[in-house]
Amino acid sequence: MLDLTYETPKIKTIAGAKHDWELVIGMEVHAQVSSNAKLFSGASTRFGAEPNSNVAFVDAAMPGMLPVINEYCVEQAVRTGLGLKAEINLVSAFDRKNYFYPDLPQGYQISQLYHPIVGEGEVLVELGDGTARKVRIERIHMEQDAGKSIHDMDPNMSFVDLNRTGVCLMEIVSRPDIRGPEEAAAYIAKLRQIMRYLGTCDGNMQNGNLRADVNVSICLPGAYEKYMETQDFSHLGTRCEIKNMNSMRFIQQAIEVEARRQIAIVEGGGEVEQETRLYDPDKGETRSMRSKEEAHDYRYFPDPDLMPLEIEQAWVDDIAKALPELPDEKKARFISDFGLSDYDASVLTADVESAGYFEAVAEGRDGKLAANWVINELFGRLKKEDHDITESPVSPAQLGGIIELITKGDISGKIAKDLFEIVYTEGGEPSEIVEKRGMKQVTDTGAIETAVDEVIAANPAQVEKAKANPKLAGWFVGQVMKATGGKANPKAVNQIVAAKLGL
Amino acid sequence: MSDLNKLTLAEARDALRKGDTTSVELTESCLAAIDAADALNAFVHKTPDIALERAAAADTRIKSGDAPSMCGLPIGIKDLFCTKGVPSQAASRILEGFKPEYESTVSQKLADAGAVMLGKLNMDEFAMGSSNETSVYGNAVNPWRRGNDDAPLTPGGSSGGSAAAVAADLCLAATGTDTGGSIRQPAAFTGTVGIKPTYGRCSRWGIVAFASSLDQAGPMTKSVRDAAIMLEAMMGHDPKDSTSAELAVPDFEAMLTGDIRGKKIGIPREYHMEGMPAEIDALWAEGRKMLADAGAEIVDISLPHTKYALPAYYVIAPAEASSNLARYDGVRYGHRATLAQGDGITEMYEKTRAEGFGHEVQRRVMVGTYVLSAGFYDAYYNRARRVRTLIKRDFETVFAQGVDAILTPATPSAAFGLGEMTDADPVQMYLNDVFTVTVNLAGLPGISVPAGVDAQGLPLGLQLIGRPWEEGDLLNTAYALETAAGFVAKPGNWW
Repeated sequence: MLDLTYETPKIKTIAGAKHDWELVIGMEVHAQVSSNAKLFSGASTRFGAEPNSNVAFVDAAMPGMLPVINEYCVEQAVRTGLGLKAEINLVSAFDRKNYFYPDLPQGYQISQLYHPIVGEGEVLVELGDGTARKVRIERIHMEQDAGKSIHDMDPNMSFVDLNRTGVCLMEIVSRPDIRGPEEAAAYIAKLRQIMRYLGTCDGNMQNGNLRADVNVSICLPGAYEKYMETQDFSHLGTRCEIKNMNSMRFIQQAIEVEARRQIAIVEGGGEVEQETRLYDPDKGETRSMRSKEEAHDYRYFPDPDLMPLEIEQAWVDDIAKALPELPDEKKARFISDFGLSDYDASVLTADVESAGYFEAVAEGRDGKLAANWVINELFGRLKKEDHDITESPVSPAQLGGIIELITKGDISGKIAKDLFEIVYTEGGEPSEIVEKRGMKQVTDTGAIETAVDEVIAANPAQVEKAKANPKLAGWFVGQVMKATGGKANPKAVNQIVAAKLGL
Repeated sequence: MSDLNKLTLAEARDALRKGDTTSVELTESCLAAIDAADALNAFVHKTPDIALERAAAADTRIKSGDAPSMCGLPIGIKDLFCTKGVPSQAASRILEGFKPEYESTVSQKLADAGAVMLGKLNMDEFAMGSSNETSVYGNAVNPWRRGNDDAPLTPGGSSGGSAAAVAADLCLAATGTDTGGSIRQPAAFTGTVGIKPTYGRCSRWGIVAFASSLDQAGPMTKSVRDAAIMLEAMMGHDPKDSTSAELAVPDFEAMLTGDIRGKKIGIPREYHMEGMPAEIDALWAEGRKMLADAGAEIVDISLPHTKYALPAYYVIAPAEASSNLARYDGVRYGHRATLAQGDGITEMYEKTRAEGFGHEVQRRVMVGTYVLSAGFYDAYYNRARRVRTLIKRDFETVFAQGVDAILTPATPSAAFGLGEMTDADPVQMYLNDVFTVTVNLAGLPGISVPAGVDAQGLPLGLQLIGRPWEEGDLLNTAYALETAAGFVAKPGNWW
């Protein structure tokens, strides 16, 4: 595979009253694993079911019920780890995180604190301006999701929906390598893209299937480099954790707002307190949720109901072998095989479906032309109607047909656009349409010559002007095109006009 | 036949097969005994309808020649086991009114083997206790009494109801569970046999959890042969319990030859406790002699970390319990406290759990919460786990030296009086487990066999500890000990 190489992005600083400040951001991304059943029960994970209809006895923590690991969830976590080029731990273990809440029936969440299934990895986060940040992944562990408490259905009562209780989440923990709000959003977008390629998480942030806790701290220029040299956190500022964010836009806003809050505290002579905060998008501020003193003591300990999870290297190897081509590889290949620009390759590899569509169009045809048509014409048209690529009325074979007609010189670019519109709205085989509707361009030089002669004969004054100023030849080309209903081959018209005018 | 309830499982089984009696007759005999024994407070939920229905079904199967191993045999089930549609409260107020929609694997296996459930048996709340005095139903009473003394005695705990019921012939056998000695200590206090198999032998699915890494179910019976029959029916791999062992279940009864010639029996020197009653010491010496006379080789062994077992146990068990019992929060089932105007979720938890849990359970939840808390975790929980590893290694070492089984006293005393320990330091009560907890920490099989009586006529038990997964061999050694001891005493019926 060809490596994608990028410049490291410049660090965005925020100006305080006294100094410029840098941001240091680490994220814990919670991604719901795509699986039919929950992590430790056979209950369905289907979204939008009747409240409390997807609940097994163990999910409701009935007395004496025991968890049994869902092997598919383990496979998905391993797949995700491999996709993030991370170390897979053949032995991992589950721990209990103890706290009381009505939507946590067991009174503990089964998680992996001490021995996560996935260790260190790395994600290349492109920022779209030719730069990219390498973000180190510290770990990925599996854990149970909690249920949902509903407080606004009744003035006196709260309700609990356990459908989501026990659904498998992957918590993807990054190192504090993210240096600004845009990078944070790009990081999540990249994770989402990779997981969608892998089929391990649908990345739906609205449904809460992808959420993030964002750790933000500030430091003076130079401090971060010292941290990177030593991995000693004391070089960095005190961090605050902004909990449970499920919108890219709000994540960026929250980081900015939180950084400014911290700058104001530090420049005012105060100290940032380590705490958990919530972002209020209406007020545009972060609020303390609980301080370090109020922090829960989760009393983690190994879950005695579950044996350590041991997996075989051969099984991991099989999963690795079956991995799909990932975004970075695909992009590099598109650039090298089809001669695409980094931008076009990025757009086309944004999701598997687009990439697949493009490849089907480009296969055996002009790659660059195919990219232009897919991105500019097709994506543009789909966007207008709010459709995605899977809903495209034009198949790759149809679009490929249009491109072939262009390459062969049968139709001009302008006619091709008309043809595309016909195929898009009415369907049909492009070459047949061209044939039937007489859209084929005129390449018969005799016919073109006649048309040119007629235009020259009718406009002697223009001929004189053009001879003095060759740039005016374009006017003759336009007239000829008009006279032939746009079907004349523009290249041939250009040549004949130039010859006849003696230019 | 008369006094059918006094039969052993093996005797009743043979009588049923011969057609000398029916399961309905057996069951009726037990139900009558149960009704006459309210003073023992052993059965806390009677299920005569279920019992008679299952007995009739068993009789049909026996007639058709299709009788599984325990077909038609009436037994009691400890209240810790979830039984479908039947109250299952772990003897706790917090599970008030709880009737599970499911049947525990072990009680289901017994039902599948044809056993007839007579009802649910008293126990210490959440299996936490050694005297059955922490039960929300009040204590069960030991059918045994001291000499001419009418003072009520404890049947032991936590499986006190099971032990009392078997000793008083209210049922032919009963299920128990053992986290630190809860089968073996009450068996010893009531002159019955109780075996805790290797951890992983019996599925924990559907048994209310106390300390998950220590809990094991086992039978409480009138003889070693009965223990073999019933244990075989209870155990086996269960995919619903991730800690259940994927091992075949041997025919234990066929292994009861009584031949233990050449077996090496270890006597651990660390089990000589300071201040241990002379009678216990004497019984232990007798047991040694009996096994030697039967042809076993007696060797002195050392299990050097024994003295750390009890403290380690009383860190690990409460730690797990504090987490296991978090689910009893009043939200979904069981007791919920009446709330005052303005009370929120925290008040609901606090009031519900304060009302729902008894003092001993509260004490252990608090101890467990403390030992897992930040800053103390390493000093307590992690250290206890390391001790556990060392204790396990002690056993592995002696087994590697060729020891087949280890003989120890089952308890440091005979049954004590109810209420006697009420004002004592809780640690005094915990000392009851001193000979039994090591076995749970190491996950080994252990059996208590009645081997004699003390000066006041109370039964005393000896414990045999076996190699992991070798319950068959352990049962055979126990069978030899039982035969040699010839314990036949029965409590007089005063109730």
